[in-house]
Amino acid sequence: MTTVREEAPAGGTALLEVRHVKKYFPIRKGVLQREVARVHAVDDVSFAVREGETLGLVGESGCGKSTLGRTLVRLLEPTAGEIIFEGQPIQSLGTRRLRPLRREMQMVFQDPYASLNPRKRVGTIVSDPMRIHGIGDREERKRRVGELLDTVGLSPEHYNRFPHEFSGGQRQRIGLARALALRPKLIIADEPVSALDVSIQSQMLNLLEDLQDEFHLTYIFIAHDLGVVRHVSDRIAVMYLGKIVELSPAEELYSRPIMPYTEALLSAVPIPDPDLAEKRERIVLEGDVPSPIDPPSGCRFHPRCRHATDICKEIEPPLVDYGNRHLAACHHPLNADAETLRKVGVA
Amino acid sequence: MAEKLLDVSDLKVRFATEDGIVRAVDGVSFELERGKVLGIVGESGSGKSVTAMTLMGLTRGVNARFEGEILYKGTNLLEISDRDMQNYRGNELGMIFQDPMTSLNPVYRIGEQIAEAIRAHDDVDKRRARARAIELLRQVGIPNPDSRVDDFPHQFSGGMRQRAMIAMALSCNPSILIADEPTTALDVTIQAQIVELIGRLKDDFDSAVIFITHDLGVIADIADEIMVMYAGRIVEHGTKRDVFYDPQMPYTWGLLGSIPRLDRPRPERLHTIEGMPPSLINLPEGCKFRPRCPHVLEKCTEEPGLENRVDTPGHLDRCWLDVGFKRGHRDETIAGGSAEAA
Repeated sequence: MTTVREEAPAGGTALLEVRHVKKYFPIRKGVLQREVARVHAVDDVSFAVREGETLGLVGESGCGKSTLGRTLVRLLEPTAGEIIFEGQPIQSLGTRRLRPLRREMQMVFQDPYASLNPRKRVGTIVSDPMRIHGIGDREERKRRVGELLDTVGLSPEHYNRFPHEFSGGQRQRIGLARALALRPKLIIADEPVSALDVSIQSQMLNLLEDLQDEFHLTYIFIAHDLGVVRHVSDRIAVMYLGKIVELSPAEELYSRPIMPYTEALLSAVPIPDPDLAEKRERIVLEGDVPSPIDPPSGCRFHPRCRHATDICKEIEPPLVDYGNRHLAACHHPLNADAETLRKVGVA
Repeated sequence: MAEKLLDVSDLKVRFATEDGIVRAVDGVSFELERGKVLGIVGESGSGKSVTAMTLMGLTRGVNARFEGEILYKGTNLLEISDRDMQNYRGNELGMIFQDPMTSLNPVYRIGEQIAEAIRAHDDVDKRRARARAIELLRQVGIPNPDSRVDDFPHQFSGGMRQRAMIAMALSCNPSILIADEPTTALDVTIQAQIVELIGRLKDDFDSAVIFITHDLGVIADIADEIMVMYAGRIVEHGTKRDVFYDPQMPYTWGLLGSIPRLDRPRPERLHTIEGMPPSLINLPEGCKFRPRCPHVLEKCTEEPGLENRVDTPGHLDRCWLDVGFKRGHRDETIAGGSAEAA
């Protein structure tokens, strides 16, 4: 059995390559704080992101998508695996050597209320990254903050205000200005719009697209809303219990899901059209996501899968390429013709 | 005709704050019949939650002022005492909230919390209340309710906690279940389960549901009637089909156009509603949506009433625009920024 490792994709160089990354959290008990179990938050994940592309990362709560995002920028230490940024392995770099790389990779967080320091003014929040990295003098930084605020659709006059004076959508723009301050190449956005109202959400999504064009940004966009992810992504990775179970060009994932989990996720998305909503078949997944402390054997999705057979309980399906760079890990793939199946060699 | 449970007329809720008077709800009228699901959609600050909480008597306070009427089976809930209100709350109207973690007490077992709600309203002993709690947990689809009844909230997943909240809200057989964003904190797969559950329980318990959400997809699934709220007022009210297939308010179009939809080709850009909802302390003159509306007329400085302007009776809106013009132009907005989607 060979696992497919994604090579640097055609039509662009890989900005970030992730190889067999694992992140386990130990659970300690007793006086000696002995490790009694491990949360398998991210379990052997490999993919590559090329320059200028947006990779969407979707999955239910607890699937490890946020942990993966944080591990990629080394906010969390990976338990194993390689993270290669611009050809340089960064998984074991020390703080000093990591610092210049931090300029290249920035994060935007979900909660616009918790991710801005309430006691600092907007100007300080946005200029702090530049101060820390020793960019420009005070005057220059102030001018740059003005530009940044303007770029994200705020007014430079907001420089001396505090975060509480802003609405959720405006705060998210401040967070974005802070992320852009160091002119990063890669932005990892962890549910950047899920706390916003729909009308504000669409403003934010359009802004993210504009910024990508203007600054040639590469995004890893983490979200649980499949509509939002489809709108922004070029490719999408579906995660389930710490594993990538499907990785596909965006449109193809929606028209031709291979993994039954993806199919079920798509069918659960409510559609704002009463007639269509009534007509379409809905696959209601029973139960909740199992615990990542003791994940199910074989295919981790098998206890909730309507296609599951004995093989799914025993053997973990590898992530294989079904053509057109559409990868999936499943013993009973959907939407694949006989020839593809023969090539792929799945039973 | 089904029994009319609720008749709200010209409800106004104001809060005095340091910054001024917040007009959270400003002249809201609607009716609710047994067996129906009324969906209320709107953005944060549109007054949908305050309306719901006022129905439950949860906004009463020294700084709150109410006007209008909330007639529940003929009794005006705004005029009864706090003590009487307690009898309505739970017995007649049950409510579930958005965040199932903060709505449950973390230091009491799930079963104790449900039993407490039962014993607050019915004169039953602890054993009977516990048995009823187990039965309720079974009805809302908690596996092994006999043992899970003794779990603490942290041992439940988000979806299970919301099920427990629903069990608690239904514990005294209320006629109306008010669900305030009950699925917003949940994953889509769990959301689908909960929406289905609420629809099924409505029939089992022969009640009516007020379902508040900002998600038009969820509302398309469950609601019979829909009210769209903006700046403390209803701006459009009609059957589900009216609102989705013949929307009359540019705000409703904007909401429909802002969602990235899976059932349509992907537009180049999403439609956006420019600007932000107005402050409820300092409302714009005339139509409250005027500052964000792309189709403003001179007449819009005068606020339109909530009236029936189309041929379908019961479909109300607050917009001066000509119906023919609207039917010709709204699809540009609803299809998103570029008209790539046909």
